Amino acid sequence: MTRLRGSELTLSYDERVVVSGLDVEIPDGSFTVIVGPNACGKSTVLKALARMLKPRTGAVYLDGEAISTYRSKEVARRLGLLPQTSIAPGGITVGELVARGRYPHQRLLRQWSVEDEQATAAAMRLTGVHDLADRLVDELSGGQRQRVWLAMVLAQQTPILLLDEPTTFLDIAHQVEVLDLCADLHEDGNHTLVAVLHDLNQACRYATHLIAMKPGVGVVAQGRPADIVTAELVEDVFGLPCRVIADPETETPLVVPLRRQRVSA
Amino acid sequence: MRTVRTPVVSLRISERALGVSTAIAVLTVVAAVATMVTGDFPLTVGEVLATVVGQGDGYADFVVFTLRLPRLITGLLVGAALALSGAILQSLSRNPLASPDIIGFTQGAATGAIAVLVLAQGSMTATALGATASGLLTSAAVYLLALKQGVQGFRLVLIGIGVSAMMLAVNSYLITRATLESALAAQAWLVGGLNNRGWDEAQVVAAVLAVLLPCALVLGRRLALLEMGDSAATGLGVDAERTRLALLAVSVGLAAVATAAAGPISFVALAAPQVARRLTGASGPGLAAAALMGGLLLVVSDFAVQRLFPTTQLPVGIATGAIGGLYLVWLLAHEWRKGSTT
Repeated sequence: MTRLRGSELTLSYDERVVVSGLDVEIPDGSFTVIVGPNACGKSTVLKALARMLKPRTGAVYLDGEAISTYRSKEVARRLGLLPQTSIAPGGITVGELVARGRYPHQRLLRQWSVEDEQATAAAMRLTGVHDLADRLVDELSGGQRQRVWLAMVLAQQTPILLLDEPTTFLDIAHQVEVLDLCADLHEDGNHTLVAVLHDLNQACRYATHLIAMKPGVGVVAQGRPADIVTAELVEDVFGLPCRVIADPETETPLVVPLRRQRVSA
Repeated sequence: MRTVRTPVVSLRISERALGVSTAIAVLTVVAAVATMVTGDFPLTVGEVLATVVGQGDGYADFVVFTLRLPRLITGLLVGAALALSGAILQSLSRNPLASPDIIGFTQGAATGAIAVLVLAQGSMTATALGATASGLLTSAAVYLLALKQGVQGFRLVLIGIGVSAMMLAVNSYLITRATLESALAAQAWLVGGLNNRGWDEAQVVAAVLAVLLPCALVLGRRLALLEMGDSAATGLGVDAERTRLALLAVSVGLAAVATAAAGPISFVALAAPQVARRLTGASGPGLAAAALMGGLLLVVSDFAVQRLFPTTQLPVGIATGAIGGLYLVWLLAHEWRKGSTT
């Protein structure tokens, strides 16, 4: 049994249905990556898994129970979320922001226990922002800031982590840095990660379980990237003629778009 | 940051916030003592204390218990309520200019008060009740109009401004229909003030604050998380929509009781939270410091209007605008000159 799954999900914003009748399972201990073209509903599915969006029909199950039956703080002790965009309050330091990740473990009179302090410090060390603890978040670069937000989610110490496009707005070096960090977390064996990524090649390189989605259809393929990523699949899902070769560095599938065929008049 | 840990309690407290809050409290006590001992009937601190514990003569009793103490306490509590209300709204809407005016509360309350005064020549109690009911209804209407898969701060502010403008038109219309006498009464209510406030007002505000202040402080932690956006807050286990509704209710309740007791006193709800936040350097809404600051601002302002203009019965709202506004402008200018960006 998987800890996190969605069953018969129909997801909509107002009247616009984005995904209907979707079943999705997140294998325990996997680094699952959801890919697909714009508007295929990949972020929407992640939002539903994170209980940010209430499904019109169907339900998301966490440890066998519908996620809507849990108290919100209880969910937050099992499942962490790195949203696409968050707002750092003005004047907040890195240490304070990361410490906010401890909220689901705190009570009114127990706001800063020894465990809180240790978890916060550990999360900052893991993400390499420990030296920045007293700096203002506003003063950091984009790459540093993303690591701080990730540290906040790690301080939450949840076995499951949901990451909504964690590499957007980062240059390629910082993208790799954040994804390497995710891979480390996954390889430590204590975390199940679910991420939405735009870059298909990064998805193939880092994912242990890939879910490919297509607008109006839902999930068209899922499994190990090496097993499912073919030129036919990419053409079907993205409408992009391509070749799939082995990544010279990792042997994972590498998608190379075909040269443009100029249509002569 | 200082950490406090006992077997039951573990907290982290900002030393700066604690220091600033203590300083505000001390200044409030100084201003309160000054208010009690000065005026047309000077008393010594000893006489005031003796009177408070029941050892005063009839003259001191009258000055302390009838003239000065109820007004002082009403001012202190109204200031705290307004500042708290404003601090919550500013944080919820992520807009430093938010205050009960912005969500239509103030103009809505004014409509109720003017309607009672102009159409029914109502008593002071009836006016206060009319203002409260109408203010609450207007805020509820603004909330419902802004509701669309949850309420976003920006939409709430825009609809609030629209509804406020509408209520303002109604208010102006009502005043044109009034007799001269009730128009004057309406005008007096609209300025707000603490003249002739007694124990009735103090008791009502104290009772409501006793309930809503703890609610606000408990919800304050979730409010700090909501400032990071609904997604981040939900991820941390905050039920964003329910928390926002609860906080709006607390905020409107505080504004309602303050307005019922003293009319629409300008600027406290806007300035006090800003001043408190800048002094404490807090990254969160800092509700406790804001409440203390609101109390201080109103007590000092009321002291100023009573002692500087003893014969004119100047409404306290004029002083809160002058003192709070000046101080806020000085603080902002000072901050910008130092090169800070917020």
